[in-house]
Amino acid sequence: MFLKNLATATAFVGLMGTAAYAANCGPEGQSIRILASDFPAIHAVAGTAESNCAAGASEFSTNHTTEARQIMNAALTPNPAEYSSVILANATLTQLMNDGLVRPLNDLVEKYGENISPNLLITIDGNVMAVAFMANSQHLFSRKDILEQAGFEGIPATYEEVLEAAAMIREAGIMEHPIVMNLQTGWNVGEVFNMIYLGHGGEFFEPGSAEPAVNNEKGLAALEVMKSLAEYAHPDHLTHASNETQGLWESGQAALGVMWGSRGSPILDDEGSTEEVTSNTVLSAAPTVGGGSIPSATLWWDGIAISSNVSDEEAEATFAALVSALTPDMVAANNDDAVWLLDGFQPGPAAAGVAQTAQGGAKPYPMIPQMGLLHAALGAELADFLKGDESAEQALADVEAAYRTSAKEAGFLQ
Amino acid sequence: MKHRTFFWFILPTLSAMILFIALPIVSVFIQSLFVAHEQVLVVSESCGPFGCTPTTSVDLEATAKLQEERPLGQFNGLGTYTNRSHLAFAEVGEAWASSASMGEFFSKVYNLPFYSALTFTLAYTAIVTPLVLVLGMAIAVGVNNLPNMLKGLAIFISLLPFLVTPLVGSLILFWMVDSDGVIGATIQNIFNDPTLSLKASTALTWIMLMFYGVWHTLPFSFITFYAGLQTVPEDTMEAAQIDGATKWQRMIHVIVPHLAPLVSFVTLMMIMDNFRVFEPIVSFKAEAHAQSLSWIIYNDLRESGNPLYGSAGATSLITIILVVILMTPVLIRTWRDFTRKSH
Repeated sequence: MFLKNLATATAFVGLMGTAAYAANCGPEGQSIRILASDFPAIHAVAGTAESNCAAGASEFSTNHTTEARQIMNAALTPNPAEYSSVILANATLTQLMNDGLVRPLNDLVEKYGENISPNLLITIDGNVMAVAFMANSQHLFSRKDILEQAGFEGIPATYEEVLEAAAMIREAGIMEHPIVMNLQTGWNVGEVFNMIYLGHGGEFFEPGSAEPAVNNEKGLAALEVMKSLAEYAHPDHLTHASNETQGLWESGQAALGVMWGSRGSPILDDEGSTEEVTSNTVLSAAPTVGGGSIPSATLWWDGIAISSNVSDEEAEATFAALVSALTPDMVAANNDDAVWLLDGFQPGPAAAGVAQTAQGGAKPYPMIPQMGLLHAALGAELADFLKGDESAEQALADVEAAYRTSAKEAGFLQ
Repeated sequence: MKHRTFFWFILPTLSAMILFIALPIVSVFIQSLFVAHEQVLVVSESCGPFGCTPTTSVDLEATAKLQEERPLGQFNGLGTYTNRSHLAFAEVGEAWASSASMGEFFSKVYNLPFYSALTFTLAYTAIVTPLVLVLGMAIAVGVNNLPNMLKGLAIFISLLPFLVTPLVGSLILFWMVDSDGVIGATIQNIFNDPTLSLKASTALTWIMLMFYGVWHTLPFSFITFYAGLQTVPEDTMEAAQIDGATKWQRMIHVIVPHLAPLVSFVTLMMIMDNFRVFEPIVSFKAEAHAQSLSWIIYNDLRESGNPLYGSAGATSLITIILVVILMTPVLIRTWRDFTRKSH
């Protein structure tokens, strides 16, 4: 479905390119205030919205911060809210919806949605809660020259092959630690578990309830894979997040990496690395695992949501301004900054990994209200296992116990 | 001073203390007795760019109605204090009943987040505090004996670690101990072990954090003792010298007793300061190997995207109580000195 969209999108470019496009900015004289994360694709959307619609607004401000996730609930709680819109993702939408801080967009989509294809609408129980515009996921980065040198043919497609290739590289004496992964204690290590667990076909909760369900065969299998991978990773892996893994990759100290799609273009560009590394880096789908058929990754979207606690006019103007940015022109000008879900996107080499992962049927990061608590419990409790201080069974039992304690406090379990 | 006059004199300070110290603590305590309302979950279908799935979401209307009825949440009493994230009575009891040896019991208790954080916090306080006291005194005496010309420079250099913000200071050290950094690479060379990493071993991480703690707080005790040394009465020192006391004897029998009130003061400050060790853990990304009570509070408020206020409040109060217990011996001593002098 993903690639079909990309194909239709490309077909549309010609049509859209000829039509003179005038931005429809909605009611005039409103205040538009946007809270967003800090990466190039989001700057492109917010910046285009500003140049389209700032003239007609009484105020247009954007706050791009890496702390967006931490401050969004507090910033949207007062009435009127500090921001009229938040650019968010799967996990942060549920975080805001749990507190009722974002509004349904059905009527606004009807009024301003001529650019928005229906599959970009994030609907929950029939209500449109957000409009997605880009996709992201973890996938495999490989150095084809090193794989070749070690005698491994092709690009690994399963985690078992990744481990085999890593062993061959180590044996050939090329690298002692060929694998890089974001295994930093906390959110990152929890996310690595999530993707490998989903690759095994695991479910996080008992259906329809908030009871955890990770302490099972699939959970144990996922942990064993993580442990084997960690043995080929840099000794400091428990402190490594995206910036560190990207750094190791760009300095040529790794041959196999599981990193975010959004790191594709910074790694492939001509900054911060050598020709040898960039020309030999291949981006491909996240590996499958344990005989499973889907890539072990979590699919993410980033999109637009509008605050509940602002006036209807402000909400309308904000939505219109942001949607006015979702055009093929904006995509064409910023093509390599993201894997756009919008018309006009031309997938380049930097997008190959995410596109293949999505095409392979990887699972989206679950939009479940209590997922954040389970993710935090995984992040806190798995380090002991990876350090070798406790068994996989004990680690998963600890995860469930820690989750139950916080879920009781948050009211999800009684 | 008449009681009445004293009362009016102290009133502004007293009201500020009640407003800014006592009331917030009471409020945190009350919040820690409650947990969130029951979240009413409904199963619905959610769709997005990657397809549709049945999923649960929070029924906002039903939850809002519950919130209106009881704005503080559900009363939980001391339940939060005794749950697995804190004192974990049930888990500790279970560990006691099921363990064959003391070692097994302690390792089970250490596996609980609160006790593992408490262990590190206590170890950090117990090791860093005396080191800072002794080294601070030694540097103060050393600098005091320098020729006047060098004193200014020496004081300035000794104060440098204190001028660096803790977060920045620990980040700099974090980069230096990286296996590609100055210290990390040197250590690998010395031990001729390319896989040796300060960040990958629990013991080395602890040593690194404590080393950082000593480095960073040493200037405080140094400058306090140095100021104290300027007030040592010269005639007493001369008398001791004439009586034939060696430098060491003068140090132990004259200078240290003279500085005793300052030692109490620095000890109190250091215990409070070290017990809330936090920044280096974040900067060193040391969470896998060392967590402190303050770090647990921060984590409860931040990581879950669903702040656990009751849990953070409970840890805060337990921390306050533990600090008071640790400071009690020093406080009793100070009080005795005070009452003895006032008679």
